[in-house]
Amino acid sequence: MSGVISHEFEYYKPKDFSELSELLLQYKTKAKILSGGTDLVVRIKDGFEFPEIVVDIKSISELKELKFDGKNLFIGATVTFNELIESDVVKENFPLLWEAAKNVASTGIRNRATLAGNICSAVPSLDSGPALLVYEAEVILKSKDGERKVNINEFFLGPRKTVLKEDEFVYGVNVPLPQKKNGGSYVKLGRYNGEDLAQVGIGILILEGNEYRIAHCAVGPVAARAKKIEQLLNGKSLSDSLIEEAKKLIEQEISPITDIRATKEYRIHMAKVMLERGLKATVNRMNGKGPDYGEKLI
Amino acid sequence: MKKISFILNGEKRSVYVEPNDLLLDVLRDKLGIKSPKYGCGRGDCGTCTVLLNGKSVRSCLILAIEVDGQEIMTLEGISKDGLTGLQEYFLKHNSFQCGFCTPGMSLTLEEFLKKNPKPNEEEVKEAISGNLCRCTGYIPIIRAVMDYVKNRGG
Repeated sequence: MSGVISHEFEYYKPKDFSELSELLLQYKTKAKILSGGTDLVVRIKDGFEFPEIVVDIKSISELKELKFDGKNLFIGATVTFNELIESDVVKENFPLLWEAAKNVASTGIRNRATLAGNICSAVPSLDSGPALLVYEAEVILKSKDGERKVNINEFFLGPRKTVLKEDEFVYGVNVPLPQKKNGGSYVKLGRYNGEDLAQVGIGILILEGNEYRIAHCAVGPVAARAKKIEQLLNGKSLSDSLIEEAKKLIEQEISPITDIRATKEYRIHMAKVMLERGLKATVNRMNGKGPDYGEKLI
Repeated sequence: MKKISFILNGEKRSVYVEPNDLLLDVLRDKLGIKSPKYGCGRGDCGTCTVLLNGKSVRSCLILAIEVDGQEIMTLEGISKDGLTGLQEYFLKHNSFQCGFCTPGMSLTLEEFLKKNPKPNEEEVKEAISGNLCRCTGYIPIIRAVMDYVKNRGG
């Protein structure tokens, strides 16, 4: 395979929302939005996407914003994973999101890849998924007609399918600050640290008062919350026997497949191991003891 | 064809590109910059790494047209005035077998050591985790970085 792109397209770089909205309205599914290109360019090379126009949104200044107002973190559509990692605000207030960002590929990819692009690609293994799900983030979608907000729990419809309509674009993601003391962890199983997609990913957020939020990726068609496990754990202090009970529910929560990266059986087994390690690490972190954020948990 | 202009290794360059031309191909085939290599073509191996506005990126995944008005630095640029300190230590430790990954490694480390001048070994390993060495000669690379960091003073 040669490195060139054989498919031909036009390139647009709109300066503002109205220009962008017009292009999307005109070209609909024939337009593809480009920011980091770490997924889109590969998809075009592979012949999975063949847009008539590629719309580079990196000139729209509002989309570059990463801001925190004390209650809510706004992550604009062109904010990269390394920008999240380099933000002290993110590290201090949303350490689980920070840890998930650290787990995305390697620095050369994270300098380009965006969180918004990650959720728009909507692959089952997306590293940002579990963190956004447990923080109960909200995706802000815009089009020429206006704006709507979608809870991240309702954003993913299937592998590479989202609720995004053909004339809409992701403006940004809002992540609300949990109102209670909390701890989190993102446990990722991959083959090596550099580029590998998650074979299993689990995000855990525990809030003071024994409120548990757990989400997984790479073990079902979409990243999703593990509601049965949450229900079992909620209101209870963590104990070894409770963790064992929770692990028994894993098979009801996830539906992994066997593919080139791992077998179904291996993923189920590891999801249990990771749930246990993640829960223990999270409780320790909440109490100021646990492993530092960003340390490998598996 | 569209004309784009950007700063390449400190000099302003202009070149005509198609929207589907990749930065890697334009650098290598139109501008004669041969240090970035074509490896996997999908962002996995890091051998096409260049610095875009000081940040390491995959030139095989960037459209050339995107860098209009930006600044690109390649290995040719960082060693314009002779070998860099890190390159001296690569030589000292013989940190290459075939050398194919060396430009990408060097640029990734260039960015990394600016951000983190006194890294520990784990941090160095994490930093180059996206740069594959097909000869698997990672140990001398890590050794060179650690030795350089220890001895460069400052």
